[in-house]
Amino acid sequence: MSSVAPIAELREVNGPSALGGGPRRFFDLLWLISVTEFKRTYFGTVFGYLWSLVRPLMLFGVLLFVFTQVFKVGSGLHNYPVLLLLGIVQFTFFQEATTNAVTSVVAQEGVVRKTQFPRLVIPLSTVLTAAFNFCLNLVVVLVFILAWGVEPTWTWLLFPLALTALFVFTAAISMALSVLYVRFRDVAIIWTVVGQMLFYATPILYPLGKYGLENPEIEHLLMISPLAVIFEQVRVWVVEPDAPTAAAAAGGALRLLPAIAIYVAVCAFGAWIFNREAPKIAEDL
Amino acid sequence: MPVDNVTASTSPANRRAPAPQAGDPVSIQVEGLKKAFRIPTQRVDSFKERLVHPFAARDFRELKALNGISFEVRQGEFFGIVGRNGSGKSTLLKILASIYRADAGTIRMAGRLAPFIELGVGFNVELTARENVLLNGVMMGLTPRQTRERLDAVIDFAELEEFADLKLKNYSSGMLVRLAFSVMMQADADVLLIDEVLAVGDASFQQKCADAFHEMKEKGKTIVLVTHEMATVEAYCHRAMLIDGGKIRQIGDPAETGREYLKLNFERGVDTSDGTAADAAGGARLIDCWIEDDQGERATTLEHKRPIRLGAELEIQRDAAGVNVGFVIANADGLGLFEFGTPVESSRGADAIAAGERVQVKAELENPLAPGRHFVHFGVQSGQGGIYLYVHNALDFVIFGGPPSKGIVSLEHEVEATVEPAEGKP
Repeated sequence: MSSVAPIAELREVNGPSALGGGPRRFFDLLWLISVTEFKRTYFGTVFGYLWSLVRPLMLFGVLLFVFTQVFKVGSGLHNYPVLLLLGIVQFTFFQEATTNAVTSVVAQEGVVRKTQFPRLVIPLSTVLTAAFNFCLNLVVVLVFILAWGVEPTWTWLLFPLALTALFVFTAAISMALSVLYVRFRDVAIIWTVVGQMLFYATPILYPLGKYGLENPEIEHLLMISPLAVIFEQVRVWVVEPDAPTAAAAAGGALRLLPAIAIYVAVCAFGAWIFNREAPKIAEDL
Repeated sequence: MPVDNVTASTSPANRRAPAPQAGDPVSIQVEGLKKAFRIPTQRVDSFKERLVHPFAARDFRELKALNGISFEVRQGEFFGIVGRNGSGKSTLLKILASIYRADAGTIRMAGRLAPFIELGVGFNVELTARENVLLNGVMMGLTPRQTRERLDAVIDFAELEEFADLKLKNYSSGMLVRLAFSVMMQADADVLLIDEVLAVGDASFQQKCADAFHEMKEKGKTIVLVTHEMATVEAYCHRAMLIDGGKIRQIGDPAETGREYLKLNFERGVDTSDGTAADAAGGARLIDCWIEDDQGERATTLEHKRPIRLGAELEIQRDAAGVNVGFVIANADGLGLFEFGTPVESSRGADAIAAGERVQVKAELENPLAPGRHFVHFGVQSGQGGIYLYVHNALDFVIFGGPPSKGIVSLEHEVEATVEPAEGKP
């Protein structure tokens, strides 16, 4: 018992961090938690996945009725129901992911305070879970789009690009919200309101251009929002090749710069604040 | 009544594995660790408060939780960290576990660290046992594939095959504990950091803990255990460290550290969390306090039904006309079970004790206590009823052996039950 071989070299311990414990463990955990949570939510009950579809579909039904029969916004546009459904499903993802992310870190208090856990997994897993749900919904939307008579074009290949942009944006906002909520509990209330505002500031209910808004000044203004840019571009790529592109709606490609700047700034802020707060979360809870 | 039917192997003290030698490789190396918490005098929890009181957050006091801690733990060592509440011991453990970040100093560690500091904290009660084991395995740093391979072994070890697909919220606490243990044992980490695990559960659970730790010790695992319970440290640890006010006060032999800890408790004496203690005027100082078994050896574990001997030595600090001393035996839940005491007899007459005189207290009592942890409170009162000294949890000890019982004591009893022939039948 006098000389025992060492198990491993001594290595420096650097304390908690966003990624803590190595990238492989990080991605394993992120994937496993998201899949488990997704399964739990949608396959736990008899109707399981159907329930997750019912909510956007009902919203779709109500809005479709209101905006084609009551306000007649979309009645002139043949593809309005398709656009509305696609927009609602995309926005549902954004809202579900960010809303769940707000309280995620605080809700996982036990794990944060008593285990060495890569903090970034927590908000990102809510985004990933919402993304799984979104992808399933997209399949339904795709069937609807084809049944409506929309012709597939090569620009459909660009759709994943727009989705990636949406995922990254959603993830950055989720990261920022989840750590800000640790310190400021009114973030939850503020975000509900901001989410509502973003819903109306994004061309979902009202299409842009001909038979839609037909107000260039407001359209220019809307194109400051990265979400509006993404949604409008998806419309062009997936449903209506002749609809105004994001650049056209903004009034020239250069006018997209504010939206791009905001996009980059939000992503940078999300990464920066999370990285800054991650080591202190356990102490602040 | 038979008393000697309990074998000595149930005593955790007999299960100590050979201690690691000085030349063994170092597993944990800590140098100059410092940690301070900034405690805001007024917590700013919302943007509104931040706007209304823009400078409020700058009002804080600094609490130095750790103030220059350096130590080494050798591979295969069972290392105890003890200290009073707020001494910084849990903060130290959380820094070791990468839950808190240190302000200064370095930590170096060899091998894989179990990321938990409490049993079962990684569990999600909404998920099944199978899913939780998977999740825990990945948290431990295994790949999902490795975890899946071990899944059955973990469930088997916990004897929960039938319940593997049941959500944890439907588990009994006993089942949860079994699962948590099984996960911990199978994780195969090289270094374990554990906070107060032994404090929960009954005596049989503590016995299970002892077995589990014994097994890990034999496998050469390094274990750091944080507790405020000296009995545990003396029973399991190779070495122990006493932290007080964020500094190391004593490091080395568990028994010595235990005595130092006891001394520390007596210095502070009065526990202000207790109502009665607030009146304590400080007319006496406790020098030593101990428990002996019936062989006259100081002990922290006692066998059920063997008499308990309590001892104390104190110094009276003011002239008094009569002093009473007393003990309270309490169980792990803090429930007072029995209180007893006596007036101090002085050689110069019963009711005259001078400042500076020392008092020896000796007590022996029968031991019907149920297996488990117990505490002893000690108090000194003047003849007029003023409290000189009150030490809450002055001692703690563990009772082992005896028949399994639901009560807090087992009383001498005779019981019989007979069948009475029914009327009208032969």
